[in-house]
Amino acid sequence: MITIKKIATYAVLTGATSLFYINLALAGIPIEHWTQASGVQVYLVPSPAIPMVDVQIDFDAGSRRDPADQAGLASVTASMTSKGVLASVGAAGTEPALDENALSEAWADLGASFGAGAGSDRMSFSLRSLTYPDLLIKATQLAARQLGEPAFPPAIWLRERETLNAAIREANTRPATLAARAFNSAVYGPHPYGFEMTEATLARISVADMQALYRALILPCRAKVTLVGAVNRAQADGLVTQLFSRLAATATAPAACPALPAVAEVAALEQPAEKRIAFDSAQAHVLIGQPGFKRDDPDYFALTVGNYILGGGGFVSRLTTQVREKRGLSYSVYSYFAPGLHAGAFTLGLQTRPDQVSQALKVSRDVVAQFVANGPSAAELKAAKDNLVGGFALRIDSNRKLLDNVANIAWNQLPLDYLDSWTQQVEKVSAADIKAAFARKLQPEKMVTVVLGAADAQK
Amino acid sequence: MTHLPTRLLPLLLLSLCLLFSSTAQAQTPAKAEQFTLSNGLTVIVKPDRRAPTAVHMLWVRVGSMDEVDGTSGVAHVLEHMMFKGTPQVPPGEFSRRVAALGGRENAFTTKDYTGFYQQIPASRLEDVMKLEADRFAHNQWADAEFNKELEVVKEERRLRTEDKPRALMHEAVEATVFVASPYRRPIVGWMSDLQAMTPSDARNFYRRWYVPANAVVVVAGDVNPAQVRRLAEKYYGVLPARAVPVRKPREEPVQSGVRRMDFKAPAEQAYITLAFKVPGLQSLADKPSDTQAGDSDALALTVLAAVLDGYSGARLERALTQGDNRVADSAGADNGLWGRGPQLFTLEGVPAQGKTAAQVELALREQVSLIARDGVTEAELNRVKTQWVASEVYKLDSVFNQARELGSNWVQGLPLDADEQLIARLRAVTAEQVKAVAGKYFGDDQLTVAVLQPQPLDKTRKPRTPPVGARH
Repeated sequence: MITIKKIATYAVLTGATSLFYINLALAGIPIEHWTQASGVQVYLVPSPAIPMVDVQIDFDAGSRRDPADQAGLASVTASMTSKGVLASVGAAGTEPALDENALSEAWADLGASFGAGAGSDRMSFSLRSLTYPDLLIKATQLAARQLGEPAFPPAIWLRERETLNAAIREANTRPATLAARAFNSAVYGPHPYGFEMTEATLARISVADMQALYRALILPCRAKVTLVGAVNRAQADGLVTQLFSRLAATATAPAACPALPAVAEVAALEQPAEKRIAFDSAQAHVLIGQPGFKRDDPDYFALTVGNYILGGGGFVSRLTTQVREKRGLSYSVYSYFAPGLHAGAFTLGLQTRPDQVSQALKVSRDVVAQFVANGPSAAELKAAKDNLVGGFALRIDSNRKLLDNVANIAWNQLPLDYLDSWTQQVEKVSAADIKAAFARKLQPEKMVTVVLGAADAQK
Repeated sequence: MTHLPTRLLPLLLLSLCLLFSSTAQAQTPAKAEQFTLSNGLTVIVKPDRRAPTAVHMLWVRVGSMDEVDGTSGVAHVLEHMMFKGTPQVPPGEFSRRVAALGGRENAFTTKDYTGFYQQIPASRLEDVMKLEADRFAHNQWADAEFNKELEVVKEERRLRTEDKPRALMHEAVEATVFVASPYRRPIVGWMSDLQAMTPSDARNFYRRWYVPANAVVVVAGDVNPAQVRRLAEKYYGVLPARAVPVRKPREEPVQSGVRRMDFKAPAEQAYITLAFKVPGLQSLADKPSDTQAGDSDALALTVLAAVLDGYSGARLERALTQGDNRVADSAGADNGLWGRGPQLFTLEGVPAQGKTAAQVELALREQVSLIARDGVTEAELNRVKTQWVASEVYKLDSVFNQARELGSNWVQGLPLDADEQLIARLRAVTAEQVKAVAGKYFGDDQLTVAVLQPQPLDKTRKPRTPPVGARH
């Protein structure tokens, strides 16, 4: 068990943000990009130093497409793909079905891993394997079966649902969960970003729903594949072809992929809301925020640099300085934006002893209001740029980090030289840009405030 | 059978190993080097030139186990205070300078050690070595800084422990399992000890333990050992040598009889943990004749834990969480293996709805008994070994984790290549050894059982009043 000085505060933004580059004089990150006949879009950064490869496959199949009464569908569909694969006829003859245990044993025997998960926007599959040829081909073949022919066994789903229900009930006894639920509901209203998976929504999900989701969304022509590792372009192309060989059998290219229905945008808040929730805990949990901005917003860089100064930058942000360093009110205090295909929330969070809530609220609200009204000082802006520009290489100094960044480029259709020009984009941001961008995006007088467990909360 | 033919597995394992060694020659991740400065401070350098970044860590061989009653938590409080300045660097300035260098930083405290790190562009290594050496030798702050930061630490305890029933139970379990060993105290400290902690408690702890011969500097990344040696001599080498305090053994007496505890907390799910006292690994001596019996057993216990819970669908998951009459929603096993203090093998589980903790306890122990009676298959043994060998390649992707492993090994007095040696030793463990330890260490006499008894949550009750003596 380890106790660290500061919990990892949220990244300045979600995964979308960690993109910086260190030395503009050097050649950039060489991203190779091509589209296969099946419609699969491939992004590759060869990284030959270690005999391993990471592959990420993203689909527009995240939870934003969940029906309201089946919240959690994307998430449980993703996790159920590891619960067995169907029998099939492959190049090597008939392959028997694998149940969940046989499948996980097969992965363990390869020293490789493959799994899926769903975020708000994306459903992502991740393969990690050594690149020793015999192993890599076996891992790729197994991944192809799991991606293309998941069994979705009904009995396993019933069991998983019971386990999930119990975990939801347990989570609902914890202050952080309850505060987040109240916050999401107030910020997002009816938008899918605010959906909560509950026992009731899980009760309405069957494996038929998972299979329908799969048929509609998990198709080669909807896939973006990012590879980082010890493979060249020809090897990567072959690997991707192999990966999709089982999906391609059920779905033919681009005609199978008409545009998906649009998802509504997050509505702006009309008026402030304050939720005081009584709770018996050692700390009160405070969350303040509102809808933020979309990833393709032209203010992206100004907001990224600005939030570093406000509440994103380690021990040196305004919020940490005022709430923690000067007053000792909280161990963790942070702010972040979560831009996605829709306007993810701006969130300010802290936890403090219940009798200190009023003071912590006042201090943090003042910090936000002053920042929105006046923007950063010249010294703060310089310090932020020093850190973001100077530290860019730390964002891309492993295969895993590169994978995140390149998948982000692929997903958000950013230019392939995005990483190379990142520091220039940061350098261009002025204090006036930040002030204007924050004024456009944040309305402190209309924010949602959730306080769970305050000393003065009424029943 | 539907999975890979068993006969393939040894070949697979062999090819993984060949791959690893041949790649090591072809791609050459440089070996780590270690040297000692004249004042006794150890330096370890691990070059990795894939990216122009580096990590610099300072580890001190002092953790919560080196505290005494009444000042529990002081190692961790001191870790916080190390950010509060020196005569040259005012409070808050350390973090500002590291940030201005493009760096990221943090620190960590465990029962065994305290560590500080900065991740920086490699060109900034000298700046952080200078800063870290300064605070290692000259940490200094006003009482007012201490009083503020102590409140932060109390908030940390509330966040990590007091509002988390399983963490709170874990704390109570350790206080029950251990009687004389300092492992019985929580790293973050008891709240009453934090309430009573004084600035001089932290200053005394600092003066006593932060001496060069009790510390290691680990640098990994885009650096060369000669450059690091020069910088280490310049900034750390000039610090005066001081004696490392004598440590009292405080050995845990032999437990002779099961200990059982209930722990009531607001929760929905019950939870059970079984802690068995087991030998820890003392040495990696590679000749069997040099090895204590306890060392062989510690290795076999680690293989046992992996066979029980080392991959999805391993024995515990399969037996306890699957099927129509499953008893648990989750189940796990872990062997401590090594550390400065006594080690535990733990089994744990969350009962499924309608099942009891007692049923989970029975089911967990039955799985160990089955191995004691019937042993493990070669397929299982090879499977867990394959994963370890593969993980040796994957771990190369993170310079930070490599540095962390080097520091942690030094704290325990292990050699630079301890991890490679460990994998080699684990690979040599036989099915017969695993069967033997399953039959040897899982009786009642060395066992502590704790059950979290869920209590209804009164969401409308007023919050607890702050403890007496809380500062405002």
